[in-house]
Amino acid sequence: MRREIPTFIAFFVGVVCIIQFFIPHKPFGTLVDTFSDWFGIVAAFAIWLGVLNLIKVSLEKSLSKKTRDRWYGFVVVASFLLITVIGMFLSGGRQFQLPGTMFDYLYVNIYTPLSSTMFAILAFFVASASYRAFRARSWEATLLLIAAFLVMLGRVPVGDTLTGFMPEGYRMSEVANWIMTYPQVAGQRAIMIGIALGVASASLRLILGLERSYLGGE
Amino acid sequence: MWMEHPGWVLFGTWMAALFTLGIMSFLYRDNPVYKFCEAVFVGISAGYWFVSYFWQTFLPKLGDPLVAGVNSLFSGPIQWNGLLVIIPGILGVMMLLRLIPGAGWLSRWPLAFVVGYTAGLRLITFLMSNAMTQLQNSVEPIVRYSSTGALLGWESFNILLVTVGTFAGLFYFFFSQEHKGAFGRVARIGTWFLMVTFGAAFGYTVMGRMSLLIGRLDFLMSGWLHLVH
Amino acid sequence: MAEPQTSFIDRLMRIDRRVIFIFIGVALIFPLFLNVTERIQVSPEVQMLNDALNKVPDGALVLYALDYDPPSAPELQPMAVAAFKVALKKKLKMVIIGLWPQGPQQANMALETALRDDRFKDVKLTYGVDYVNLGFQSGNEAVIQKMGSDIPTTFPRDYAGTPVGQIPIMKSIRNLGNFDFMVNISAGYPGTREWVQFGVDRFGLKMISGSTAVQTPEMSPYVGRQLLGLMGGMRGAAEFEQISENPGRALKFMVGQSVAHVIVILFIIIGNVAYFATRKKKGA
Repeated sequence: MRREIPTFIAFFVGVVCIIQFFIPHKPFGTLVDTFSDWFGIVAAFAIWLGVLNLIKVSLEKSLSKKTRDRWYGFVVVASFLLITVIGMFLSGGRQFQLPGTMFDYLYVNIYTPLSSTMFAILAFFVASASYRAFRARSWEATLLLIAAFLVMLGRVPVGDTLTGFMPEGYRMSEVANWIMTYPQVAGQRAIMIGIALGVASASLRLILGLERSYLGGE
Repeated sequence: MWMEHPGWVLFGTWMAALFTLGIMSFLYRDNPVYKFCEAVFVGISAGYWFVSYFWQTFLPKLGDPLVAGVNSLFSGPIQWNGLLVIIPGILGVMMLLRLIPGAGWLSRWPLAFVVGYTAGLRLITFLMSNAMTQLQNSVEPIVRYSSTGALLGWESFNILLVTVGTFAGLFYFFFSQEHKGAFGRVARIGTWFLMVTFGAAFGYTVMGRMSLLIGRLDFLMSGWLHLVH
Repeated sequence: MAEPQTSFIDRLMRIDRRVIFIFIGVALIFPLFLNVTERIQVSPEVQMLNDALNKVPDGALVLYALDYDPPSAPELQPMAVAAFKVALKKKLKMVIIGLWPQGPQQANMALETALRDDRFKDVKLTYGVDYVNLGFQSGNEAVIQKMGSDIPTTFPRDYAGTPVGQIPIMKSIRNLGNFDFMVNISAGYPGTREWVQFGVDRFGLKMISGSTAVQTPEMSPYVGRQLLGLMGGMRGAAEFEQISENPGRALKFMVGQSVAHVIVILFIIIGNVAYFATRKKKGA
């Protein structure tokens, strides 16, 4: 029963969600509204599961004498405790995110610069990787490269500056617009339709219980 | 407000700048300063999400209705909506039991609920929005005329391009059929459209990443060092 | 035995990546000092977006869904600021929500920035009457699905914890059908795609969207029937700032963006030239 009950739950909830598209009235519409509320609550617990697992792993790492760099585990736990204590007890309760609270101060001066810079340094790696790996080895790769160049130049003012002598309609930004509006959309649509059919097929397999890998092992 | 005091503003700006430079130090090589900043980022992010979900979901969607429901058992009409909320609460606790070896199998119930709900909704919405509507957008009159009856050659060509490109791209994704002969030639045309798509995606990715870096450098130059106004 | 001489091409192929990093860093810092703003060509998608926004009647009820976090703020915050400035100009009633926890905080910051504009210094915006920030709710597309039938139970309290029943602007709002228009600014999942699938296709919302450059190509097929307009990345933000006459940071950063793109293109060309030269040498 350890696998049968969850399989039935997935089937029942999935079928109700499908039916409510066709019969939005009671009981299906009401059931899906209820499931939507429950989904939000369960999703919140899922996030907490991830957070608590991270803290558990960090604690184990920091308490294990054999692990190198175990001190960083302490830093993770200490940072977590700092913002959690401040957010739960020292920031005005439900008004924790309002400007002027300690939580908001940490958000602006610690969370924002750290998260922003983590993603910002990717720009350096994009440039370095492009230099090393982007090679026009075949006709298709060359086509990709040309499209990339035209879009990159067309999306910045320098593109129009370089092609200012061309008649209107042939300047770099207009070429980039044309690429984005027509050939690019054609390719994206093909990918989108393919993915949609794949999602529909995978969803059906999950609902019917043909795919149960999400349940894990025994 | 206390955080508007110049001392706190300056302290906060310096903290932000030092954390920014600490992460950027990775560009030279992996080092203890970067590892420290990374650990702080991981801990602060985890705490941020934990606190946000508590105050904005757990309390208003679970805590408040449950308390109201339990109180209603002792006075006034019973609030069944409030009491029913115990079900997702129990599912949530079962989810957390995944942390305990031996009790982890109980997390399958809430997982199955999440999977069933998501699969049920996505089956229809993806078919509707991403398949049917996109096919509808691709099947349009190809020959276009202006209001005066003149043939709009360029616009007609563009619509033809999108239609041919979409269907040729779909031909490419038929992997159960070997790509040879006429089928293979159409699939090859589809490949060309996909290459243009990926090239545009690469161009936009570079644009996106550079924008984020410009934002950070602007903070360092103007927000911190006040070299730029 | 004499060491084989490494040619310039070989050294170019094996250049330390930190040299490339220095080039990028210097190339992007330098334009910040120039303080130059150029007029740019507006793309059809942003033109459509601006036209759709201008058609919204003054005083209409508009849903603002800000689904992004600080890493995406350089691209998306200028869009949010410009969109709020349009709302202030048209005296739109705004309901702000977020499907990402950071979204409502970013929305607050964007609205504060918009209100600092001298053109709006006489605008009196009353919280709860002219606008409300309902904060974040977890559940991704489940939130949109539920909003289609019942918003007050989806967001029982606002950003500051006030029960929505006590907020005047919320008294007339039952579900998504009550909104005249919607502005979505999104960095990923959940975001524009989910709003199109549920909000637009299911519940008939009229929607415009701003998204990160990485996501824009994937959202472009929705433009037309589903999306009434799309701002893509910092370029899209700059175009919207220009066309809506609300100049801001995005326009200012376009010069730096120009330099960045030219540098990357040059690096790719140099890399390919070096590669083909090496291949030719090996072939010979």
